[in-house]
Amino acid sequence: MAALLVYSEKIDTARELVAGGKQLAAALGLGVSAVALGPGAGAAASELAAAGADTVYVSEDAAFEGWPADAVAAGLAQVADIAGATVVLVGSTRRGKETAPRLAQKLGAGCVSDVNGLIAEDGDLVAARYAFGGATTAREKVATPVKVFAVMPKTFSVEGAIAGAGTVETPTLDVKSSVRVVDRRAKEGDHVNLDAAPLIVGVGRGFNAREDLALGDELAGALGAVVGCTKSLADFEWLGEDRIIGLSGAKTAPDLYLGVGVSGQIQHTVGVAGAKLIAAVNKDKEAPIFAMADYGLVGDLYEVLPALVERLKNV
Amino acid sequence: MDIVVCVKTNPDLQMVRIKDREAVTEAVPYKIGDLEKNALQAAVDLRAAVGGKVVALCLAEGNRKAAEDIKVALAMGADEAVVIDDPALAAPDQAAVAAALAAAVKKLDACDLLLFGEGSTDNYTGQVGPRVAELLGLPQISYARKVEAAAERGVVRCVRSMDDMLETVEAPLPAVVTVVSEINEPTIPGLMQIMKAKSKPLQVWSLADLGSEGPAPVREVVSNLAEEQDRKHILFEGSAAEQADAFVDALIREGVLGR
Ligand SMILES: Cc1cc2nc3c(=O)[nH]c(=O)nc-3n(C[C@H](O)[C@H](O)[C@H](O)COP(=O)(O)OP(=O)(O)OC[C@H]3O[C@@H](n4cnc5c(N)ncnc54)[C@H](O)[C@@H]3O)c2cc1C
Repeated sequence: MAALLVYSEKIDTARELVAGGKQLAAALGLGVSAVALGPGAGAAASELAAAGADTVYVSEDAAFEGWPADAVAAGLAQVADIAGATVVLVGSTRRGKETAPRLAQKLGAGCVSDVNGLIAEDGDLVAARYAFGGATTAREKVATPVKVFAVMPKTFSVEGAIAGAGTVETPTLDVKSSVRVVDRRAKEGDHVNLDAAPLIVGVGRGFNAREDLALGDELAGALGAVVGCTKSLADFEWLGEDRIIGLSGAKTAPDLYLGVGVSGQIQHTVGVAGAKLIAAVNKDKEAPIFAMADYGLVGDLYEVLPALVERLKNV
Repeated sequence: MDIVVCVKTNPDLQMVRIKDREAVTEAVPYKIGDLEKNALQAAVDLRAAVGGKVVALCLAEGNRKAAEDIKVALAMGADEAVVIDDPALAAPDQAAVAAALAAAVKKLDACDLLLFGEGSTDNYTGQVGPRVAELLGLPQISYARKVEAAAERGVVRCVRSMDDMLETVEAPLPAVVTVVSEINEPTIPGLMQIMKAKSKPLQVWSLADLGSEGPAPVREVVSNLAEEQDRKHILFEGSAAEQADAFVDALIREGVLGR
């Protein structure tokens, strides 16, 4: 039987892909196979076999250490061949997102990346992803015999997944990487969870200096809100990447998003489109954020924020 | 070191309007993508450190003014520009873009380092760099926030920003590197640079010049629509205190505060 093959170096994402892939495979008349790569991948392979994959291919080849894109793409292409895969789902983490197109190129395949919805329709797969910086959602099909999709983490849920007892196979793969890892260190971050925050104050480049973000913190404190930010502030390292809202960060759905000194470029606002209320403080009356806001305060944040904090004391 | 920077131009997203849920791009000017500007800046900085040449390579993708728009790359410091413009590539998918760029890189002959943004400003698929790396059989380093070349050792060393870690890696040249926005703050060219750019070499190639054919599509876009957004658009007026009053009252009315 031809197969739908799933892979992610992150076990949680791999399990989601097995769960979601199983439903799609059923609709397309395919089996579900999974791949686990890298030293120590045997444990992940057993987990995926128990999570519902019919067959799990595992290789602990040292070339997969750290999951370099060239080696992983080569390994996946070889497994795709062994498994008779016609669909490959790769978790769209950064590593997955850079690997999927290299794999697709090897397989002569079309690829859709950053997929945030994947459904079977009339015997084919239709993938949803943001386009125009997030202004639109494109629905795309792949037109080649083998199709590759890089699927965002959390696109599928593992809830209600039916356990299985798949078999584990250990093919010998011919792989090597020409990229050498010199050093690795964990990123600093404060691990906030914006996904679930009911109130968010989003801060942007309107703040002139890192110290001034204290004003934003104070407002967030008065509102009982969590602070998120635009990518610019994370690029300056004023705030951690966990706080980025938008296309390359969190997609949030709070009761209130209040953007302060945020211009409202689409790559940011796509992350707050799900907010019940959008409000903004900006000194430029023409700022694009006002065009998508429910409430706008036009003024200098250095005057408006203290006034807001003062007023909130009497709520 | 010979550096080729692949530069996409895309419709200026700030000027794209949504009408009947469709993005209206007619009459919207194109500009060089944000991350491509970071890649160009990285190339110019590398050239300053180790010498060599920077070529900006752009596939027009239906932008009729691509040969004009790419002059910004020349003003930013690229030494030469090449635009690939062909009606068969007016709306290409990522495989077609990669094939054309790879063919052009081969034709350019000398390329030690191939730089990309980690994704384009409009569609952000991040596919083209890795596809070109595969086509040319080169190592790839994606998401670089720092790029250094040790040309005498024939390697490029990068710090890459991954999901939860920073990774320092080395690859032998020639190699493909894609950059993230935090790598640098691109300089905005001044009048002098803009004037100087006018006399820099700029070539326009067709697919025939590359000895390749129009590509078979690998992807089909079924639809591309904006979500409906229904917002109140209330702008407060008056002093900071007056606006703060009105806003807090509104939040209480909406049930966001004082529950
Ligand atoms: C591929 C790609 C992906 C991206 N992904 C993301 C993403 O996920 N998230 C994200 O946020 N961005 C993302 N971006 C970047 C995005 O395009 C914008 O550059 C960024 O969101 C702008 O941040 P900003 O609003 O803080 O800054 P700016 O656009 O510079 O806006 C600053 C605003 O502050 C206002 N202001 C200035 N001073 C004051 C003052 N004293 N009082 C009040 N207002 C003031 C100004 O009027 C202006 O509107 C991405 C870009 C690309 C190309």
